[in-house]
Amino acid sequence: MYEYRAPRRDMQFVLHEVLQAEQALAALGRDDLNRELIDGVLEEGAKFSESVLSPLHWQGDQEGARWERGAVRTPAGYKAAFDAFAAAGWMGTHCDEAFGGQGLPYMASIAAGETFVAGAMAWRMASGLTEGAVAALQHGAAPLQQTQFIPKMVAGEWTGTMCLTEPQCGTDLGLMRTRAVPSADGTYRLSGTKIFITYGEHDLTDNIVHLVLAKLPDAPGGTRGISLFVVPKRRLLADGSPGAANGVDCERIEHKMGIHGSPTCVMRFENAEGWLVGKPHGGLAVMFIMMNHARLGVALQGLALAERAWQAAALYATDRLQGRSLRGPVAVAQPADPLHVHPDVRRMLLTMRAFVEGGRVLLYQAYQWQDTLDRHPEAAVRQQAESLVGFVVPVAKAFLTDMAMEVTGMAVQVHGGHGFIRDTGVEQLMRDAKITCLYEGTNGIQALDLMGRKVIGSGGATVQTLLAEVQRVMATAPGAANVPAAWTAAVHRLAQELGELTTVVAGRVTHDTAEVGAAAHDYLNHAAYTLLAWCWWRTVAALEQDPGIATNESLVWTAGKRATARFFFERLLPRAAAHAAAVRAGAAGLMEVPAEALLA
Amino acid sequence: MRRILVGIKRVVDYSVRVRVKPDGTGVALDGVKMSINPFDEIALEEALRMKERGEADEVVAMSIGPEEAQQQLRTALAMGADRAILVKSDTAVEPLTAAQVFTAIARAEDARLVLVGKQAIDDDANQTGQMLAALWGRPQATFASKVEVLGEVLRVTREVDAGLETLEIDLPAVVTVDLRLNEPRYVKLPDIMKAKKKPLDVKSFADYGVEPTERLKVTLYVAPATRSKGIMVKSVAELVDVLKKKGLA
Ligand SMILES: Cc1cc2nc3c(=O)[nH]c(=O)nc-3n(C[C@H](O)[C@H](O)[C@H](O)COP(=O)(O)OP(=O)(O)OC[C@H]3O[C@@H](n4cnc5c(N)ncnc54)[C@H](O)[C@@H]3O)c2cc1C
Repeated sequence: MYEYRAPRRDMQFVLHEVLQAEQALAALGRDDLNRELIDGVLEEGAKFSESVLSPLHWQGDQEGARWERGAVRTPAGYKAAFDAFAAAGWMGTHCDEAFGGQGLPYMASIAAGETFVAGAMAWRMASGLTEGAVAALQHGAAPLQQTQFIPKMVAGEWTGTMCLTEPQCGTDLGLMRTRAVPSADGTYRLSGTKIFITYGEHDLTDNIVHLVLAKLPDAPGGTRGISLFVVPKRRLLADGSPGAANGVDCERIEHKMGIHGSPTCVMRFENAEGWLVGKPHGGLAVMFIMMNHARLGVALQGLALAERAWQAAALYATDRLQGRSLRGPVAVAQPADPLHVHPDVRRMLLTMRAFVEGGRVLLYQAYQWQDTLDRHPEAAVRQQAESLVGFVVPVAKAFLTDMAMEVTGMAVQVHGGHGFIRDTGVEQLMRDAKITCLYEGTNGIQALDLMGRKVIGSGGATVQTLLAEVQRVMATAPGAANVPAAWTAAVHRLAQELGELTTVVAGRVTHDTAEVGAAAHDYLNHAAYTLLAWCWWRTVAALEQDPGIATNESLVWTAGKRATARFFFERLLPRAAAHAAAVRAGAAGLMEVPAEALLA
Repeated sequence: MRRILVGIKRVVDYSVRVRVKPDGTGVALDGVKMSINPFDEIALEEALRMKERGEADEVVAMSIGPEEAQQQLRTALAMGADRAILVKSDTAVEPLTAAQVFTAIARAEDARLVLVGKQAIDDDANQTGQMLAALWGRPQATFASKVEVLGEVLRVTREVDAGLETLEIDLPAVVTVDLRLNEPRYVKLPDIMKAKKKPLDVKSFADYGVEPTERLKVTLYVAPATRSKGIMVKSVAELVDVLKKKGLA
């Protein structure tokens, strides 16, 4: 079993060389956040992750969360790590300084954020959800509730949850049954059952702040009738400290495929006291503000698990000796060559690396757009960023989590039969990765969101904004002239094709609305490969722009990067053509077969 | 003002597998992760704890090194040092030069205590603290595993070959610290932000009246020989036999 090492060099390369983090932050008026500070934040986050979190990743999986008569015990070490994390101030990374946070844009801290997830994803969800809940309260809660809850959550004294799902209500929130009845004193009484609630109950803190979606008695039907409430596990005493139980109980926790350390709770609310967040029937509006952040957070989980998988595979392919190179022995003094001499193993290693490192550029870029949307002083720039974020969020969420399944699966494959055995640790990565394709909106729903709401819904405006940004960056990148012409042409060709596919689907939708759903998955993937090609193009341009001192060390590193770029353009990018063909095939082949015949 | 000075050296991170340059002129440093010498980090942690207990008023981190050593000093400031001094040097610094500079700073700053690591993990010289004490003309306690302030006296437990030795020395003094003294804290995010605003003075050797001279000449760096494969012996008798043949017993 190996431990996680933060890929500092690649993270810094992506932040500074590819994405020019300093300039991006300066454009937000944060020229105080210079490279030294960004690297300092990464370094301290990485240290914490490597020494405190990484061991919890395995231990938490072995031990799992336990339920006993309503109480939930997290795995050994979870609480100590949580307290240390909170004491170090990480819970308040993004929150406003007025509430005790640091108010940092993502670009200043996203690399540290990646190391926390990679360190121990199941553990990290408690603090990650708390950050999300804080953001929701900041957007929609009344001042009194903000002062009651937010500082405690930022300090790590209390955690937060998101309670949407019910047994009959998963993707379709219109089916929600949990009720909220107004009291004379302005509070509400909530009753109903929520399932699958991550960290709904635990022993990390003495209170838990639930953000609960429910229906008011006069609610209109469907998703338009949903309101958001803040409901603490224990009621607050006059001095703000936790008092009596509030009618919020954990009935059991689920036994599941992965993230064993994270308790997934069935929560029963019985006349629990809560306060409205946002407007009556306006719960989803607040949730939508949170949605981008939460979905990028899940994309980050995909990336982080894939990085861990790639590290494990790279080490194993170096240490494990089997067979001889087809070109003759390489490790002559050894009984056999290391695995990485074999073309098929190289195919897997390069696939993993191309997805992980290209995915990192894509995701950090998405976070940078999110920063612009959240914080840029000019409305016109924010508006453009809104289009870019709207497009890239479902792409990043779905693609990077599907990618995580492929990459963690490959890590098992590189380990051979040993990968199937628990001791090597890679099968856990595969089990943990699957949930990222499911929650925070399944990947199918992400594709629908992209194709329907974002692309067709905007009359194609979002994709045009995106493609213009793709072209703009390529026209102005300093190293552009030195990128192989074939790769530049490939990106342009794909960008053009994405525009064409948009027109094709838009044309068909006027005849058959099912065309949106039929095209969605493949359209999203085509867009993802186009964006990934752009990211690899930018990577190569950045390498060309600053050759640095041509020392052995840096030559080896850049040679690896270039080889990975080449592999991507030659062997992974052709997958885009298959997705384009599938989009063009249209809905008929999916929809014409009657259900009886389909399921016969 | 009860002031503690702490020596902070920028070295290759302990986790890096160092490689000797092919031409043998040194160790490859490009793109290699650099950190605070782990012993120095422990020295700083001890100084910060003293300040937190009210046994000191100010902690000053000092380093001699390239411009980039500011990174390590910023980390020291984020850990809690009040201010920092970088004495710029673009070449490697020998222990005697470091001791001369630290002595000058100790005098200029009217230090009550100077804490340094017992050695730096790059050159492992284990000399700077001792030379500093001699040049400064103050008592020293080396390899500290426990430090207690008793008014104007310091009680120091030292790790020596025979076990533990306890000394009492008068302040001002020099203490070099060992690994078991404490476990350095994790840096807090708000403190990283605050560290940006703390003073960091960049000075030259001339500012402290020191003229660095090269007394040592390194002619060649070579990597240690890799361990060759061992053999399994069946009995103690066979082991003794093998050792005898190798001239080892
Ligand atoms: C470990 C874990 C943790 C979770 N944590 C939380 C949490 O903290 N809070 C919370 O509220 N929820 C949580 N969830 C719930 C999670 O978000 C839901 O499971 C998810 O949204 C899918 O809902 P469902 O399971 O009911 O699937 P369903 O909605 O039944 O979907 C089944 C399948 O049908 C597809 N599908 C459904 N509707 C459509 C449609 N309109 N068009 C196309 N395809 C469709 C889906 O993509 C999926 O493939 C968690 C779940 C798990 C397993």
